[in-house]
Amino acid sequence: MSKQQPSLSGRRMGFRNSPRRFIALSLLPAVALVLAFTYYPFARGIVMAFQNYQLFDLTNVHFIGFANFKGIFSDPKFKSAIGNTAYWVFISLILQFTIGLTVALLLNKRFRGRGIFQGFVFYPWALSGFLIGLIWKWMFNSQIGVINDFLLRIGVIGDRIGFLSDPRWAKFSVITANVWYGIAFFAIMLLAALQSVPSELYEAGSMDGAGAARKLFNITLPYIMPTVLTTTLLRAIWIFNDPAIIYGLTNGGPAGETHILSSLMLDRIMYGGDYGAASAIGIVMIGILLLYTIFYLTVTRAGKLGDF
Amino acid sequence: MKRFSASGFRIVFLAVYFVLMVFPLYWIVITSLKPQKEIFTYPIRYWPDHLTWQNYANIIKISKFQIYIGNSLLVSLTAALIVSAIAVLSAYVLARHHFRGHGQIMLGFFLTQMLPGFVSLGPLYMMMTKMDLINTRLSLILMYTVGLIPFSTILLKGFFERIPKSLEEAAMIDGCSRLSALIRVILPVMLNGITATFIFAFVQNWNELFMAVMFIDNESLKTLPVAMNSFVMKFDIDWGSMSAGTVLFVIPTVVLFAVAQRFIVDGLTQGAVKG
Repeated sequence: MSKQQPSLSGRRMGFRNSPRRFIALSLLPAVALVLAFTYYPFARGIVMAFQNYQLFDLTNVHFIGFANFKGIFSDPKFKSAIGNTAYWVFISLILQFTIGLTVALLLNKRFRGRGIFQGFVFYPWALSGFLIGLIWKWMFNSQIGVINDFLLRIGVIGDRIGFLSDPRWAKFSVITANVWYGIAFFAIMLLAALQSVPSELYEAGSMDGAGAARKLFNITLPYIMPTVLTTTLLRAIWIFNDPAIIYGLTNGGPAGETHILSSLMLDRIMYGGDYGAASAIGIVMIGILLLYTIFYLTVTRAGKLGDF
Repeated sequence: MKRFSASGFRIVFLAVYFVLMVFPLYWIVITSLKPQKEIFTYPIRYWPDHLTWQNYANIIKISKFQIYIGNSLLVSLTAALIVSAIAVLSAYVLARHHFRGHGQIMLGFFLTQMLPGFVSLGPLYMMMTKMDLINTRLSLILMYTVGLIPFSTILLKGFFERIPKSLEEAAMIDGCSRLSALIRVILPVMLNGITATFIFAFVQNWNELFMAVMFIDNESLKTLPVAMNSFVMKFDIDWGSMSAGTVLFVIPTVVLFAVAQRFIVDGLTQGAVKG
C-alpha cells in the first residue's frame, strides 16, 4: 500500500497527474460542445446570408451574393424595425437604469424586512420574456384589461385605449413591459456595487461638509462607475438581441409596427422559413453591435469597465 | 423637515414600486381563480366573488398540462445537471491555470453572450434534422447544456477565484490527484456557487421557448413554453385557462428565485463589483 515502487508506475502517476493533461481533459467537453453547437451553426448562419436558403425549397440552395440584403433593405418592415430597435433599446435602457438606480439607492440603507422586500420585487428577473409578454397582453387588453379599467376608474381617460392595436400605443406598451422586466437587473447589480463603497469615504465627505447630493455625485457615482458602464453596455446588447417580450405581447403587430430587428429575424425563421433573409438581418445586427461596442468603449474608455 | 421629506419620498417610492412589481403576478393569479363568466364581466372585480379551481382542472384534464410539466422538468433538470458538471471542470481550470489559449477561450465564451444567437437557429434546425434529433427531448437537453456552458463557466470561475489555492495544494501534497482534490476538497466549499449555477441554469432552461418551438411539435414531447405557445395560438380568448397555465409555469421559477436569490445575486454580482 505504502509507496508506489518502480519508476515506471511513478512516471505514469506523474503523467496522469500532469497539469497539461488535466487542463485539456477538463476543458474538452466545454470547448468542443460550444464550438460544435454554438460557433459552427453561427458561422453556418453567416454563410446563409449569402445563399438562397428557404426551408421549404431545400433542393434549391445556392449562393446569390447580396440579394438577401437587397431584399431586406427594400422591405418597409425592416426599415421600421431599425427605427423601432433604436427607440426600444434607448428608451428601455434609460428607464430601466434610472428606476433601477433609484431603487438601489433607496434600498442601500438597511431596514427591517429588506430581504423579503427584495424577494418580492426582484422576481421578474426569473420569468420568461414570453410569459411576461402574455401577462401584459392580458393587462393591456382593450376590452377587459385591468389597465384600461383602472385608468377609466380614476378618470384619466374617457375611452378605452387600444394599447396593443393602436400603433402609437403599441410601442409604448412593449417598452412598458420591457422596463418592468429589466429594472430588477440594474437594481440588483447597482445595489451590490453600492454596498461595496467604503463607508470611510462618506465619513470623510461629511467632515468636509458635503450634503447628500454632493455625496451622491462626488463619492457614490464615481465609485460605482465601472459597474454602471459594464451593466449598461451588456444590458443594451441583451435588450437589442432579445425578442421574447415582443413575441409574447404583440408578435410584432399591429401590422409589423412593433417589430425590432431580432423579432423580425425570428419571424422570418419561424413563419417564413427564409433562413437566408433571417441571416442577412442577423449580419446587420452584428454590424450594429460592433459599431455600438466600439463607440461605447471609446467614449467611456475601456479601462473603467468592470470585468463581469 | 428635510429629513422627514427625504424618508417620506423613500417610503412612497418603494411602496409604489412594490405595487407595480407585484400587481401583474397578483392579477394573473386572481384571473386564474375566477370562474370563466366573471373574467368577462364588467366592471372588473379586483377580488373575485367566487374562487374556483375550474381553470386548473381544465388545463390538466383537457390540455394535459401534467405531460408538459413532466417534459419541462426532465429537460431542465437534466441539462442543468450536465452543464453544472461540465462548467465546474472548465471554470476550475480557467480559474487556476494560465496556459496558451486561456484568453481566447474566455473571449470565446464572453462573445456568445453578446452575439445575436438567433442567427444559429436555422442552421441548428438543419443540424438537428441531420442528427435525427427533431422531436426528441434529447435535442433540447443537448442545446440547453451547450447554451449555458459559457455563462456557467464565467459564473463559477468567479467563485473558484475566491477560494484560496492552498486548499487543494494541501490535498495534493497528501496524495490526492488533481481531480480528487477538486471533488473532495474544493467542491464542498463551492456548494453555494454550484447551487447558484444549477438554479440559474434550471430557470433558463425552464423558460426557453424558441429552440423548443423549432425542434418539438409532437404533443407528448412538448415542454411547458411550447405548450403555452400553441395554447395562445389556439385559444387566444380563453384567458382563464391561459392564466392558470401561466401560474403553473411561473411558480417553480418564482419560488426557486425567492429561495436562492441570495446565492444567485451574490454570484452574479461578484465580477461586476470587483472591477
